[in-house]
Amino acid sequence: MTTDYNNILSRLCFHLKQLASPDVVIVPETDLINELAIDSVKLLSLVMEIEDEFDISVPLNVLADVQTVHDLANLIQHIKSTKQ
Amino acid sequence: MSLLDKLDAVAAARKALLPEGIDVFGMPIEEVYSATEARVGDRRILFLGTNNYLGLTFAPECLKAAHEALDKEGTGTTGSRMANGSYSGHRALEREFAEFYHCHSGIVFTTGYQANLAMISGLAGAGDVVLIDGDSHASIYDGCRLSGAEIIRFRHNDVADMEKRLRRLGERSKSTLIVAEGIYSMLGDQAPLAEIVRVKNAYNSILLLDEAHSLGVLGKTGQGLVEETGLIDGVDFITGTFSKSLGSIGGYCVSNHPQLDQLRYISRPYIFTASPSPATIASARAALRLLRDGTELRRQLWQNSRQLYARLDALGYQLGPQPGPVIANILDSPQQALMLWKGLLDHGIYVNLILPPAAPEGKALVRCSVSAAHTSEQMDHVGNVFAELRKSIFQ
Ligand SMILES: Cc1ncc(COP(=O)(O)O)c(C=O)c1O
Repeated sequence: MTTDYNNILSRLCFHLKQLASPDVVIVPETDLINELAIDSVKLLSLVMEIEDEFDISVPLNVLADVQTVHDLANLIQHIKSTKQ
Repeated sequence: MSLLDKLDAVAAARKALLPEGIDVFGMPIEEVYSATEARVGDRRILFLGTNNYLGLTFAPECLKAAHEALDKEGTGTTGSRMANGSYSGHRALEREFAEFYHCHSGIVFTTGYQANLAMISGLAGAGDVVLIDGDSHASIYDGCRLSGAEIIRFRHNDVADMEKRLRRLGERSKSTLIVAEGIYSMLGDQAPLAEIVRVKNAYNSILLLDEAHSLGVLGKTGQGLVEETGLIDGVDFITGTFSKSLGSIGGYCVSNHPQLDQLRYISRPYIFTASPSPATIASARAALRLLRDGTELRRQLWQNSRQLYARLDALGYQLGPQPGPVIANILDSPQQALMLWKGLLDHGIYVNLILPPAAPEGKALVRCSVSAAHTSEQMDHVGNVFAELRKSIFQ
């Protein structure tokens, strides 16, 4: 369970680094919108990348609640675990 | 942040982006001269950003029908379709739409926006899934939200991506509503309908196709993409609007599923709003006949569209992937788009400006909409203005 979460978190950070400026440090508490300046359009394309990587679909409905990197990692883990 | 502070933030964001002194959004039109010309301030402008694809807004048959209905039935129905708002014209138009598509039945709604809201929220609910194209119109997104169903997007016009998502749903694909558009409102490209239908059948899902921009534009009699591709039997529900090629206002859905009629009793956007005014319905009925017989109008529309698309393409503008009456110029920044939009207006040409987040993938669009009522000379003139502006915008 935790290794799964940690794995998701590190993959997520990898994707986020491509979008954020190089000097930002990304931790679970990092706020996607306010700190990484990821707008809704960028967030949706990021989610599409992640969906392919983990072979899941993230419903738009639940994405609205995502604020931090941790929220997103948690959500992905939840969707992955309910799928199996 | 207080409720009103949020609106102040909206105002500040707009002010930072848009120049002072011109109404980029909601430009005041003082006088309308024809389907393609109007007065803004003290200048005459060419409309190249309306959805008047067949140019029917001043068709004598439509004007006459609207006048007669106005005199006979008054200015409004003042009631819902479910109460006192179903006049003989509303019911006749429903039959005429069903006949036009050779379908079992049709429903008329007050707008196309509401048609999508009503259909999506009437078909799907909590526990179901709606699978929609990423570039879908706002009415489709809003219909999905209203439905309470799980909303999943697939990459624009990417059927492999759509299929992947159906596979991930497993058994739930059977309670999934797929939504696509005949011609997409932003980039003007068409849905790969044959592929979509094949996949939808394989996964036993239901398909709704919004023909808002393709009604009157595609197919021999103007049914839309379903007729152009001969795939009407593969589509479960077709929605559309009167506000584009029919030059009126209202929306419709047709289907061969007899269950369609039940939506009249459960669909809130159908029930809790007044029905279209008698004159609106009458002009839409007259326009539908002109549209069906409008082979010549479609020929002219496509000739104009191809002419302008080819010219802008040759000039090096980045365009949507497919020629058609919606010609989207894709620009890298809102500033560039604004310059082009303003330059066109200064030359008396009105087009649509679409800025992020409304434009796909964070780009900005300057979108032209071509009409059958435009002349080849007007298309030439527009091309010349685009040629002139190119130098200053991409210097
Ligand atoms: C794809 C699409 N669907 C629906 C609508 C809504 O149509 P209406 O103007 O009748 O509300 C529009 C128009 O803006 C549209 O572009």
